[in-house]
Amino acid sequence: MHKARRNPANLIAMHGILILYTCIALFPVFVILINSFKTRKAIFREPLALPGADSFSLIGYETVLRQGDFFGYFQNSMIVTVCSLFFILLFGAMAAFALAEYRFRGNTLMGLYLALGIMIPIRIGTVAILELMVSTGLVNTLMALILVYTAQGLPLAVFILSEFMRGVSDDLKNAGRIDGLSEYMIFFRLALPLVRPALATVAVFNMIPIWNDLWFPLILAPAESTKTLTLGSQVFIGQFVTDWNAVLSALSMAILPVLILYVIFSRQLIRGITSGAVK
Amino acid sequence: MASRRPIRWHIAVFLAPAVLVYTAIMIFPLFNTLRLALFTEVDNVRHFVGLQNFRTLFGDPRWSESFWNALGNNFWFFFIHMLVQNPIGILLAAILSHPRLRFAALYRSAIFIPTILSFVIVGFAWKLILSPIWGIAPSMLDAVGLKWLYAPWLGKEEYALTALSLVSVWQFVGIPMMLIYAALLTIPEEILEAAEVEGITGMSAFWKIKLPLILPSIGIISILTFVGNFNAFDLIYAAQGALAGPDFSTDILGTFLYRTFFGFQLQLGDPHMGSAIATAMFAIILIGVCIYLFGIQTRMRRYQF
Repeated sequence: MHKARRNPANLIAMHGILILYTCIALFPVFVILINSFKTRKAIFREPLALPGADSFSLIGYETVLRQGDFFGYFQNSMIVTVCSLFFILLFGAMAAFALAEYRFRGNTLMGLYLALGIMIPIRIGTVAILELMVSTGLVNTLMALILVYTAQGLPLAVFILSEFMRGVSDDLKNAGRIDGLSEYMIFFRLALPLVRPALATVAVFNMIPIWNDLWFPLILAPAESTKTLTLGSQVFIGQFVTDWNAVLSALSMAILPVLILYVIFSRQLIRGITSGAVK
Repeated sequence: MASRRPIRWHIAVFLAPAVLVYTAIMIFPLFNTLRLALFTEVDNVRHFVGLQNFRTLFGDPRWSESFWNALGNNFWFFFIHMLVQNPIGILLAAILSHPRLRFAALYRSAIFIPTILSFVIVGFAWKLILSPIWGIAPSMLDAVGLKWLYAPWLGKEEYALTALSLVSVWQFVGIPMMLIYAALLTIPEEILEAAEVEGITGMSAFWKIKLPLILPSIGIISILTFVGNFNAFDLIYAAQGALAGPDFSTDILGTFLYRTFFGFQLQLGDPHMGSAIATAMFAIILIGVCIYLFGIQTRMRRYQF
């Protein structure tokens, strides 16, 4: 078996291509990170050298922490991302349960209606969303962002979760009904815990686009007190464009949280994509 | 059936939050934007003008030049993605799915890292690396004897858009790679073994057997790329600013929409022209999705197991 596919020269070539591409993928991140720890002189003299004893400097980080409210931005990003995910998962799972569990008139139509948003980007409606937020007084609040991201995440969440809700055993639910559980209890106690892996997949899919979005923070919440980390670092870098130490440090500080999240969740993310949840 | 049973309120309770948020924040503003495109504002009063805004957008030289420029640039942006991103993604996935390859998970995770970074990081990082001031790109090209190749790509009108498209390709190559990888894993081992018995191995096995079987996934990544590219904005804004310089050579529909409806520097925002541009984007995306759903996907279904 596999005799023809076991050619060592091929294997070496394959590793060569993969190593080359891995270098291309990681090189910019690497360069930014190492140079953020260097003195200004060393950044320009030897951009590719690792920070050494005489070139090590934290001056950039000092500027960033003094001038920009990065902890505030980080907190805003955290609040927006966590709240949006919570609402996407809760509302998405509830709607998915209703669509998967009950037969009622308009079920298919409702499913199609909710699926419309999978392919149509919410950004198309930005003009009217801004108008809506202005008229409800939600401009420059984190609530505006949370609402928009919840609406943006729901279509795919309902779609994926209803697939999984259909797989929850009917016998289990009927046993629960005989035991006198209400429909709400059946959802929270029986169905929700059983689709936990699907909930995690949906959460990981939504987390990164929400965290990284620049468009809606720029338009709906550009105030200093509501800036997210993405917008905050964009504005900060724009102001300090000639201070290379500060720019490199700000970039590194923006990379770090995402990288940590990725290390924690990459297995979940990759399993989610490869299990075909996005088909 | 409904008349014999009491109204099942719990169904409404389960559906209500999702339907309300989705309708109020997504569907209603979408249609409201399409409606606003038919109005204009004079002295703070809204007037219905029919299709006048579209006539201005497509025909009035002050607007149409920017619009056609942005649309053309957007097609070029999409073209580069299809030409570079998806073939590289397929190649990497084909290698990664090789059954005897070691460290596959490690490569996969590393190559996916750019995809999780924000546009702001990607835009600025590449801006710095390609910058003639820092000199990383020229000195690296010098090291392999290709220094003559270097130009300040992001600052030159003729290269800037292509350079940014390639940066975007660099960022997103992980997505086609993952989706194709997933598709390749679902191909039953028996099919490949049967082909091997017939003497079809290696490259020809890929072209003759695997590629036709992953065509539906290639269709999916194409439409995802299309939708993503035609509402792209962040990377151009982060790297080149809202003016999409040099001289609008990197302007795409997203940046054009932002400048028009939100205003920039001395230019005042015009929500109605902005809505007209958004409507045009909506139409383009809708046409793309329809071509995919009715033209491509229905034909590909045949190949699936």
